[in-house]
Formats: sequence, structure tokens, C-alpha cells
Amino acid sequence: MSHAVTDAPGEESAASTEPPKKAKLSEGRKAERRLGWLLCAPAAIVMLAVTGYPIVYSIWLSLQRYDLRFPGEQEFVGLDNYIAVLSNPYWWTAFGTTMLITVVTVAIEFVLGMALALVMHRTLVGRGLVRTVALIPYGIVTVAAAFSWYYAWTPETGYLANLFADGSAPLTEYGSSLLIIALAEVWKTTPFMALLLMAGLALVPDDLMRAASMDGANAWQRFTKVMLPVMKPAILVALLFRTLDAFRIFDNIFVLTGGSNDTSSVSMQTYNNLIKGLNLGIGSAMAVLIFLTVALIAFLFVKGFGTAAPGSDDGGKR
Amino acid sequence: MAMQPATAGRKARWALLDIVVVVYALVPVLWIASLSLKTKDTVADGNFVPREWTLQNYRDIFATTEFIRPLFNSIGIALIATFIAVVLGMMAAYAIARLDFPGKKLLVGVSLLIAMFPQISLVTPLFNIERELGLFDTWPGLILPYITFALPLAIYTLSSFFREIPWELEKAAKMDGATPAQAFRRVIAPLAAPGVFTTAILVFILCWNDFLFAISLTSTEASRTVPAALSFFTGTSQFDDPTGTISAAAVVITIPIILFVLFFQRRIVAGLTSGAVKG
Repeated sequence: MSHAVTDAPGEESAASTEPPKKAKLSEGRKAERRLGWLLCAPAAIVMLAVTGYPIVYSIWLSLQRYDLRFPGEQEFVGLDNYIAVLSNPYWWTAFGTTMLITVVTVAIEFVLGMALALVMHRTLVGRGLVRTVALIPYGIVTVAAAFSWYYAWTPETGYLANLFADGSAPLTEYGSSLLIIALAEVWKTTPFMALLLMAGLALVPDDLMRAASMDGANAWQRFTKVMLPVMKPAILVALLFRTLDAFRIFDNIFVLTGGSNDTSSVSMQTYNNLIKGLNLGIGSAMAVLIFLTVALIAFLFVKGFGTAAPGSDDGGKR
Repeated sequence: MAMQPATAGRKARWALLDIVVVVYALVPVLWIASLSLKTKDTVADGNFVPREWTLQNYRDIFATTEFIRPLFNSIGIALIATFIAVVLGMMAAYAIARLDFPGKKLLVGVSLLIAMFPQISLVTPLFNIERELGLFDTWPGLILPYITFALPLAIYTLSSFFREIPWELEKAAKMDGATPAQAFRRVIAPLAAPGVFTTAILVFILCWNDFLFAISLTSTEASRTVPAALSFFTGTSQFDDPTGTISAAAVVITIPIILFVLFFQRRIVAGLTSGAVKG
């Protein structure tokens, strides 16, 4: 922010200076421009080489019949791979499972994350302790945590599985498996959501809260009428990041169920197709479809929130 | 006098909430640690606290290349990827924070896109590209995608840190007769170091954590990292139950995270939140 403020007068003076001085300035500008490009080039090149090229390549692959088990039979097949994927019930099951997990976990994470953010931000005692322990789920290797949950729910071995009736194996049934996957996911990522929300909380001015309190607003009203509107940008960022991240779910499902009993996610399906099926054409079609879905989600998010953001008060009154 | 009990009560309420958070965060970690310390006979007893304690599982995993080699890979790959990503990120972040040039917005936008990009969409094409280039199942084969996905994080965090640096001090030092090199070394570098260090931790955690690339782009112990190796773990013999050894390995790769969090909590929180506000 401070950067933008100090920048503005510089630009104005550049525009208003006399021609000879301006020429000199533009010489400096040119050097600045060159230095800027030079400094950004390595990062830009790596990012483009490792994402840009593979994306284009995977679009091309997705239009080919290309099975590594039959390398001689590579040929252009148009949209056949897409038709094959989109008419496959397993794909839609995985898509539904992924969507379900995404919506449910992000909703729970938002509520829990907000609570955790409030605790981390406002607790009167042990603030450092709370923040430190909350970072553990964020930092821990997902696979390591997933194994902890896996063994916790394994019959006999696990302290959680033993809480339930003898002989029940929660990780072998669709419903209970999904709940456990959601639990593992929520546990791991709520602190991240909370940290992003805490950044928004820090922007809520104390004066405003005090003024609202003087005007007789109770705690819930202060929360919904004062804090939430101020935090809106931070909430958008947190929800968008978490939604897109949840949609890529892979590690937890891989360890917890291996995708059995219809608990596969779209990422799992694509991985299985690649490693077990070695079918690059189909796999690339899936990759492109996932990419498009993620782009659509991001677009809808920004569109939905973006129009609501300015003048959100009016939206409430209408 | 009337205020006193009220604040004490409030403190107690917050303390209670603190305890809830601590339990929430620690139970799964303590459980896997407990499993790793159980003996073979008691590992399946379902007790949260081990009845018989042993370090045998740790001795077992450190006696086999099945674990040591992936651990070596994990450390090497994460360190190299972190180093490169932070250096490249520093250059780009400096330019973004301090210079004015066309294409700046585009770079920020593209790196944001990559941060949200579904990694799985890259796995299939990268698998084939790396196979053809001979990068499949090698260190560079993992380091490259790690750098790519770490760069947006590095650029974001670093540029928000760099914006906070009072760069006028550099000019002041030069006016006082310091050479540009001195001004950088004595004034700017010490101011920038904490931000760079924080970014390095965040990037390291990101690389250390990866599972999808590690399991898709490797096939042997030559480059398989610990998260990927865990799912191939067997006990000392094929018929052994690997629960104890997997738990021990999971604890070992959790230790660096715990250390980071214990020593650098403030920095990590600052790093994660500074990027978010800027959004």
C-alpha cells in the first residue's frame, strides 16, 4: 500500500516535467524496465516451461489415441477421449465425490477457521502457544497425518475405531470413509484457513468495534455487521484458495481408502489412469477437464464475490 | 474491584479455548508418535498411550535403505528446490516491489494462476515429457516442478516483505559515503534477511510435503522421497506388519516441521498472513 502512495507523486511529476528532463527520465525508465524484465525472466521462464508447455502438450495429447502399452497405435482421434471420459460413470462418481468433499470441508473449515482465527487473534492468555500448535497441522506432511488417521480408524489398532461397535470397519464403507476423509482434510487445513482469516481480522479497526458496542450492538451483531464486511476481501481469498486446494484432494484419499468404495477423487482417477492404465490420451483429457473445472470455479468465485464486494450494504438492504 | 473477577473469568474462558485448540492440534500427532513407540506385540492394542515402550521401530527404519535413501532424497530435493526458488523469487520480488515495468501485473497474475493450478493436470504431460528427456525418476525431475509451484509463494511473500523495507536508508547510506555494495551489505541485506528466511521455511514446507509429484514422477529409490516411500513400506520381512515402522518414519519427517513451528512461529504466521492481506 505504502508503495502505491509514494509512487503516485513520482508519476505525476514525470508527466509534468519539461521535455529535456522528460527525455532523461525516460532513459532512466528504459533502464528500469530492462532491469525489471531481467530480474523477472528466470522465474517467468521456469514457470512457463514447467506449466505452460505441459498444458499445451496435454491438450495435444488429449486429442490423440496414445496408450503406452500400444505405442504403435498413436493417432489423432479428435474429441474421442473426452467423450470416453465424460460418458464414463466412474468419472462422474469421482467428480461427485470430489465436489461433495470440497463443499463440505470448505464449509466446515470456514466456520472452524473463523473460530480459530478469533482465538488466535484475541485470546488473553497463551497467544504464542495457540499459534504455535495451530501451525502443526498446517506444516505436517499430509501423508504422515493421513497415516495417523488411517491407523486411528483401523479396527483393533485404532483408538477411534474401538469407540464403535465391534467388527465395524469404517474405512470400508462409502459414507463413513467420506466422513473420515473429510475429517482428515478439515483437521489439516483449518489452521491455514484460520491464518488467512486472521489477516483479515487484523484489518478490523478496534475503534469501529468499540463504536458499535457503544451503539448497543451485541457480540453477534458486531461480528456479522462490522467484522464480516470489513473482512470480506480476506474471506474471498481464503475461500477461493481453500476451494481450489480442496478440489485437488489426493494424498488423504490415497492413504485412507486408496479410492475404494467410490471414494476416488478426480485427481486419484487421473493418477490411476496414468500409472495403472498408462493411457496418456485419456489421462490428458482428464487433466484438461480438471483444469477447466478449476478455472470455472475460480471465475465464478471472483464474479460472484466481485459484484457483491462494492456497496455490500445495498445488497443487504435490498 | 468489580473488574477483577470479570477479567479473571474471561482469562479462564480463553484458557479453556486455548486447551481445546491444543488438543485439536496435537492428538493426531501424539497418536502416531505413540504408535511408533509401541512394541510389535502391543501395536494393535488400540491404546492411545503405549503399554510397552520401545525404540525398535526407529532402529529398524534407520537400518534399511528403504527409509534412509528416501530421507536423503527428501532432504536434498527440498533444500535444492528451496534454494533455487528463493533466489529466483527474490529477483522477481525485488523487481515487483521496487521497479516499474510493463508486464509486472501479468507476472503477478500468472504466478497467482499457478498457485491455484491443479497439479494433477501437470502429472500426465510431465510424466511423458520427463520420460522422453530422461528426467523421470531423477532429482531434477522433482526439483523442477517443486520450484515452479514454490515460486508463486516465494514471489508473493517476498514482495510483500520487500515493500516494508525502508529503501530510503539505502540512499542515505550512499550519501554518507557508502559504496552501493556496502549500502546493500550493511543496510539492505540485514533488513531483507528475515523475510527471505521466512520465505525459505514456507517454501521448504511446501516441497517437503509433496506427495503427488513424488509418487507419479519417480519409480525407484533413486529419487523417491519419504512421503512417497511410506506407501511402499513393508516391515523387516514381507509378512511383518509395517504399522510401527510407517509410524516411526512419519514421526521422523514431522520433526523438522515441529522444530520450524517451535522456533519460528512468529515469522511463519507473519509470512502467511502478509501475503493474504495483499490478496
